[in-house]
Amino acid sequence: MAYDYEKYIRPGKLPHIWCPGCGHGIVMKGLIRAIDTCGLKKEETAVVSGIGCASRLPGYLDFCTLHTAHGRAAAFATGVKMARPEMNVILVGGDGDGTAIGGNHFIHACRRNINMTYIILNNKIYGMTGGQFSPATPTGDKASTTVYGNPDPAFDIAKLAIGAGATFVARGTAFHANQIDKLIAEAIQHKGFSVVEILDDCPTTYGRRNKFKSVIEMMNHLKDIAVPVKAAEKMSPEQLKGKVLTGVLYKEEKPEYTEEYAKVITRAQAAK
Amino acid sequence: MAKKVAFLQGNEAAAQGALYAGCKFFAGYPITPSTEVAEVMSIELPKIGGKFIQMEDEIGAMAAILGGALTGAKTLTSTSGPGLSLKQELIGYGCIAEIPCVIYNVMRGGPSTGMPTGPSQSDIMCAKWGTHGDHPAICLVPASVQEVYEETVRAFNLAEKYRTPVMIMPDEIVAHMRERIVFPEPGELEVIDRTAPSVTPDKYKPYDTSFGDVPPLAAFGSGYKFHVTGLNKMQDGFPTTKAEVVQAEEERQVRKVEANAADIMKWEEYLCEDADVIVVAFGSTSRSARFAVDEARKAGIKAGLFRLITFWPFPEARLLELSKKVKGFVSPEMNLGMCAGVIKGCIEGNAPVLGIFRVDGEPVNPGQILDKIKEVK
Repeated sequence: MAYDYEKYIRPGKLPHIWCPGCGHGIVMKGLIRAIDTCGLKKEETAVVSGIGCASRLPGYLDFCTLHTAHGRAAAFATGVKMARPEMNVILVGGDGDGTAIGGNHFIHACRRNINMTYIILNNKIYGMTGGQFSPATPTGDKASTTVYGNPDPAFDIAKLAIGAGATFVARGTAFHANQIDKLIAEAIQHKGFSVVEILDDCPTTYGRRNKFKSVIEMMNHLKDIAVPVKAAEKMSPEQLKGKVLTGVLYKEEKPEYTEEYAKVITRAQAAK
Repeated sequence: MAKKVAFLQGNEAAAQGALYAGCKFFAGYPITPSTEVAEVMSIELPKIGGKFIQMEDEIGAMAAILGGALTGAKTLTSTSGPGLSLKQELIGYGCIAEIPCVIYNVMRGGPSTGMPTGPSQSDIMCAKWGTHGDHPAICLVPASVQEVYEETVRAFNLAEKYRTPVMIMPDEIVAHMRERIVFPEPGELEVIDRTAPSVTPDKYKPYDTSFGDVPPLAAFGSGYKFHVTGLNKMQDGFPTTKAEVVQAEEERQVRKVEANAADIMKWEEYLCEDADVIVVAFGSTSRSARFAVDEARKAGIKAGLFRLITFWPFPEARLLELSKKVKGFVSPEMNLGMCAGVIKGCIEGNAPVLGIFRVDGEPVNPGQILDKIKEVK
């Protein structure tokens, strides 16, 4: 069935800046389907991003869109949500933007459990600047600043989010396109800070340096490493080696920040 | 009915002034010597349904007030030296995206951690040149607790009127001293709100210059949807690298403040009419200067005080005018000559500028200023 994406795309803003073979467009379509499923109104929804390839995504969407500075999306978004809690707030960004320069804002947004959804498009590289290693680049991989192999260990972004206190954490891949909208929709419907990590591909600055001969090969790799959490339960540690769990990884109900602050207001007014 | 009076600290007065101006959102990070502003706001804002948030760092606090401001709220953050350095990235964002907000910065010793509890006046260049790129700068430098209150109200008014971040920078002495303050009645001081769009959402552009140099700003969540970016932008808010558009927008962003400098600038001239020597001072230093000027007059020296209340935009034309009539200027300041340099830059060499520069954490005392006044021949 043909889906009416144009309903949510800003007139005249396409084509996008992404390279041929980049998965960001797949994620954007998934996000649009999720927003449509959740019935979010354009005027009541803010889509906030930082800097990088993924952070250009909000500009194509017909909502209140805020393209902030590098790493700062979560902090700007916190201001939007606090000042106007009735707005739906969705964050979009890359792995470097969100977990390196924006790492502090990210973990504290998780900790507060403020009701926003953060979609991290993890292509394991700083793409816009030409392919430098990010906190998500696996050890040993090649980047323009690790030509001898990356000495850094990588973050597991989903685990980082769970550890920091996010109350909904899911992971998908750009290959599993039909799952993306379901994960994002569930994240949006969750009350609290939700994180959806989408493993993505960057053929231009990551793939060609790391023995991927084509986009198809990169996509097949995403397909091969992904193991749904349910399936993983029946697999041995041996079988799970080199695999990445996908689906809803963590979910819990906890007090949400803007609701807790509403109680602060009630207490302050009672004490007046 | 008698007006409400109080014995208040400068920082507390800033918080009260912000509330008078209609501030509904504060984001901050603890830092000496400005923390009292955050403390008062955390107590007072929820009482009126406003929001206070302590962020994870200084940058986050700046980001949060910009985000909050885009939903239509009047927003404030408070900080000091090192925090101001950290905030500079997003002060630039506020300038290019044209988001009204107020940054209250208490000047302490620096650079870096410097002297956290010591007074200073060394952030004034940072207020104009701290963030990269060309941008407008408005910076207010109050000298008393009453003035902190009133200038904080004015800071919000200027932010709203010119759609830009505004800084208010008391030195640590002004921020921490306690004085009698007379609270203005509601309606007594002017309170300006940003211009709301007069067009329907489908016609709205966030940087529509057909409305002048300060285009109306809609609020997220009010039925208007638009794009905001830190990239050079077009009238519709979307990025551009088109040379003529970038040039025009950059010039407009600066012009909206510079062309309205007369409305923004504020200073006080005390005994300057017939003065041979004019002391140019601001903040707590201006209090020592006033005393020194009175002493000089008693000694038969025609001294005057030019007290800056707005530091940026700087009153260049007026000082140039005065420079033609005086034998010299004295610039006492708690830094190594920042204000003296600015004065020299606008008086075309008409008169010497004698400096008293202290960075030892002690105030410039009246005796030092009097001695310097006497040196002017």
